[in-house]
Amino acid sequence: MTTQSYLPVPPGVGMEENFLSLDDILLSQEKLPTRTECVFPRLGFVEKTSDTRDIPEGTKMEMPLWLSKGLYDNKRRLVSVEQPKIYRQGWRTVFSADPNVVDLHKMGPYYYGLGSQLLHFDSPENPEIAQTVLQTYIGRFRRIMDSSQNAYNEDTSALVERLDVLERSLFRTGQIGLNDFQRWEKGQASQITASNLVQNYRKRKFPDLEA
Amino acid sequence: MFCEKAIELIRELQRASDGQLPAFNEDGIRQVLEEMKALYEQNQTDVNEAKSEGRSDLIPTIKFRHCCLLRNQRCIAAYLYDRLLRIRSLRWEYGSVLPTSIRFHMCAEELEWFNQYKKSLATYMRSLGGDEGLDITQDMQPPKSLYIEVRCLKDYGEFEIDDGTTILLKKNSQHFLPRWKCEQLIRQGVLEHVMS
Repeated sequence: MTTQSYLPVPPGVGMEENFLSLDDILLSQEKLPTRTECVFPRLGFVEKTSDTRDIPEGTKMEMPLWLSKGLYDNKRRLVSVEQPKIYRQGWRTVFSADPNVVDLHKMGPYYYGLGSQLLHFDSPENPEIAQTVLQTYIGRFRRIMDSSQNAYNEDTSALVERLDVLERSLFRTGQIGLNDFQRWEKGQASQITASNLVQNYRKRKFPDLEA
Repeated sequence: MFCEKAIELIRELQRASDGQLPAFNEDGIRQVLEEMKALYEQNQTDVNEAKSEGRSDLIPTIKFRHCCLLRNQRCIAAYLYDRLLRIRSLRWEYGSVLPTSIRFHMCAEELEWFNQYKKSLATYMRSLGGDEGLDITQDMQPPKSLYIEVRCLKDYGEFEIDDGTTILLKKNSQHFLPRWKCEQLIRQGVLEHVMS
């Protein structure tokens, strides 16, 4: 078993975010199409296309998820949030037809994460969005599991190209399991190896390794 | 948009996804803290104005800035915490003496944290296994034998084993040594475990 000693804070599950998770922070940086429902005085400079002093009501802007979540309330007094294209009716039909053909990296790369977070904004389409995201995952999972368990010692870039962030981490986990098993089969499991961290430091040319 | 510098700090860490420790971005932290100070002061002013002149229309702006403050706070907390997780793993991968090149990447407080962590770990290890304590950083995988065959990957110099004899570890020399003495050096890449 490759022992892993750097254990970063994992992303949250479902609609929850983990405060200290780097993945969740990057996820919440994704932009959503929003519309201001009131004036935001003295913040005109934030919305670069206008050169007014205030952000007027009814301005359409791309707002990062963290800001939309912070300003949103169910009475929509400050902002209203629109769903990005890929979570709307048209694309939902494509996903339900065949989830395997879609390039989720290009569409995302946080398709599942952002889809789950969208559920924070009350919309009558939420149940359908949730269903589509779930069914897409179910539809694609088999192929990911299969390819991660059978691609041994080869270039996997073609396999992961169209996967979103969540799927890529699944694939990685599968590969780690596969490689560990192969090592065990070859009788190398009891071999002590230089830690990956040390090898990587060396590759990046850290000159004086004091032992 | 605010909080651009803060997210840059996070991206910096995300790029080193294997757990390596990049240099401490003192400048970046300072810039984020400055932005937080400016946002806070602007909000203070606006809150006072909202209260004294009844300008409730300023409330959305105050809320906006507040969200930015919380975001910056989150990014800094996550940045510092993730770095500590990396520094902790250094103790387990490298041992208790870190190469100077890595030490340069740590700020003074992080070095202090590392020293304290080392001490806590040592105290804990001493408390296990009766009088002698137990080195839990050894035998990360269940051992199959007491002695192992190792090959030297680089010139290390002299190495003393328990019965007093010294071995000269020269590049490409091969030795049959006690497992517990070699494990650390293998993990550091000085020796290579040779399987027959």
